[in-house]
Amino acid sequence: MEEFSEKLILPDITDLHRIEVYEKNGGYSALRKALRMKPEEVVDEVKKSNLRGRGGACFPTGFKWTFMPKESDKPKYLCANGDESEPGTFKDRQIFEFNPHLFIEGALIAAYAMGIAVVYTYVRGEYAKWIDLLQRAVDDAYRKGYIGDKILGSAFSTEFTVHKGAGAYICGEESALMNSLEGERGYPRVKPPFPAQNGLWGCPTTINNIETLANVPHIISRGWEWFSKIGDSKQPGTILFGISGHVKKPGVYELPTGTLLTDIIHKHAGGVPGNKKIKAVIPGGSSTKWIRGENIEGVRMDADSLKAAGSSIGTGGIIVMDEDTDLVAVITRIAHFYHHESCGQCTPCREGCGWLEKILKRFSAGEATEGDLDLLLDVANNIEGNTICALGDAAAWPVQSFVGLFRDELERRVKKTPAPPAYVPPPHLVTSRS
Amino acid sequence: MKDPMFSDAHLQKLDALRKRYPKSKPLVLPALWMAQEQFGWISPEVMKYVAGLLDLPVSHVYGVVTFYTMFNTKPVGKYHVQVCTNVSCMLRGGDRLLAETCSRLKIRPGETTGDERITVTGVECLGSCGTAPAVQINDDYHENLSPEKLETLLNELR
Ligand SMILES: Cc1cc2nc3c(=O)[nH]c(=O)nc-3n(C[C@H](O)[C@H](O)[C@H](O)COP(=O)(O)O)c2cc1C
Ligand code: FES
Repeated sequence: MEEFSEKLILPDITDLHRIEVYEKNGGYSALRKALRMKPEEVVDEVKKSNLRGRGGACFPTGFKWTFMPKESDKPKYLCANGDESEPGTFKDRQIFEFNPHLFIEGALIAAYAMGIAVVYTYVRGEYAKWIDLLQRAVDDAYRKGYIGDKILGSAFSTEFTVHKGAGAYICGEESALMNSLEGERGYPRVKPPFPAQNGLWGCPTTINNIETLANVPHIISRGWEWFSKIGDSKQPGTILFGISGHVKKPGVYELPTGTLLTDIIHKHAGGVPGNKKIKAVIPGGSSTKWIRGENIEGVRMDADSLKAAGSSIGTGGIIVMDEDTDLVAVITRIAHFYHHESCGQCTPCREGCGWLEKILKRFSAGEATEGDLDLLLDVANNIEGNTICALGDAAAWPVQSFVGLFRDELERRVKKTPAPPAYVPPPHLVTSRS
Repeated sequence: MKDPMFSDAHLQKLDALRKRYPKSKPLVLPALWMAQEQFGWISPEVMKYVAGLLDLPVSHVYGVVTFYTMFNTKPVGKYHVQVCTNVSCMLRGGDRLLAETCSRLKIRPGETTGDERITVTGVECLGSCGTAPAVQINDDYHENLSPEKLETLLNELR
């Protein structure tokens, strides 16, 4: 399984971000090929490849594309999601910098497959530099006739616009992203209706992650069968794993799905500085459930294996914590993040995330009371599943897993106060019934 | 303050963007970015101006400005030093970076130095977790920082 060592998304080719270099290395030939296929055939190819979304939810990409109506009297839209704000995630940025045309080509193929004439790429505002790099690549692609009117002499035309966000994690959630693009506050929408029926300006819309779309050209040029055999068969392909925290060589490593977590940590990222023990790992961005250091042996970076380990693959952003880490401080920081980023629409999330942070701060300060552990879990359980979007879940999951895995760490922070004196009723309330 | 007015370059850019969206409302973020670039921060007068340009209620523009963290609703220093304090940076000293930088400059997070040169803010994950701790100064990222390296950097920025 691990013999596959080719890098599909970030190959080691100098100046690949330049359109001439990209073309010389076969770039835009997948678009040429796709334009000679029927749109349904392109969708089918992606469907059969079993490509799953890299934005966090692992949704089958080709299947998502089939939700789009073939005929529509309204315009259809593609939104490429480059909001990339989940803590521990820093991979789409690599694509903008080192291989932007692969993403652009993938987005154009997706647009052709779904009959879409307008593509918006939403990129987080902090990425000013990468927005410039992407815009330059888009301009080059326009200049060369890959974007615009009658692309490569076909009947297919599409526009491509880069839209800059302004600092809001929630705008990575697909319906909040659409609201943000429309010029609204980034509030997630109630679903249904789903974006494929009622998306941007009420029109059919598909939202895909940047890395997801960057896989598409390879599937078209080399075929679904080839792709479906890379890595784990249920979720094939390579993933840009970002590894950060206590490792010697943090960074982005492109590896097939199903790679051992311990291999990524030790072989690729050089292990833990000072050869310290690993106390905990967050495998897929800050919203995924934690894994205890003792339990990472044998865990593979694919949906099934991580599920068995009690977590999920999320964005593939791995955070490693060594034995000296104050884990309670870390989970408190995570709770602070979700509290800060909650858009405030749903009471369980708006209030609950604040409670999670407040209670965890009490633990951090050693001020927690006996009842706080149960209260913490109770609040988390009452957020999960009770909100419009998954930000609430994203806030609850790490806390729930933390209580399950590191109860001891929390219990140690409970303030040892003597039991309150037993209630002695004042004499005038004491009635003698005997 | 004089009534705010976009430069010709910004007005042209905004006009070019109008073709890219079916309505004018989606131009609110691009227009606010231009405003922040030109005026440094988004004052109530600027909100009114942007609302007028896009034919939107001022209240809508206000709602948008205050929803997003990157729009400055008060003036910031010439250099806006945004220190990431989220998990991956924290594990590599991001919180210490923020605390030490603030104490060296004798300000608290969110404040500006007396000479109006530097504002320091603690921010959420910048997407630089692999090169933590990370700091964004105006548009530019600076990575793998220590308090000492950041101090040198700030001294060089004149
Ligand atoms: C709170 C929240 C934040 C999200 N942030 C992102 C993000 O930054 N980038 C992204 O691609 N998907 C993000 N998603 C997932 C999107 O809603 C959506 O599922 C994804 O973009 C679809 O693309 P894919 O099918 O290609 O993975 C987020 C979801 C939630 C609930
Ligand atoms: S945690 Fe600081 S850049 Fe991601």
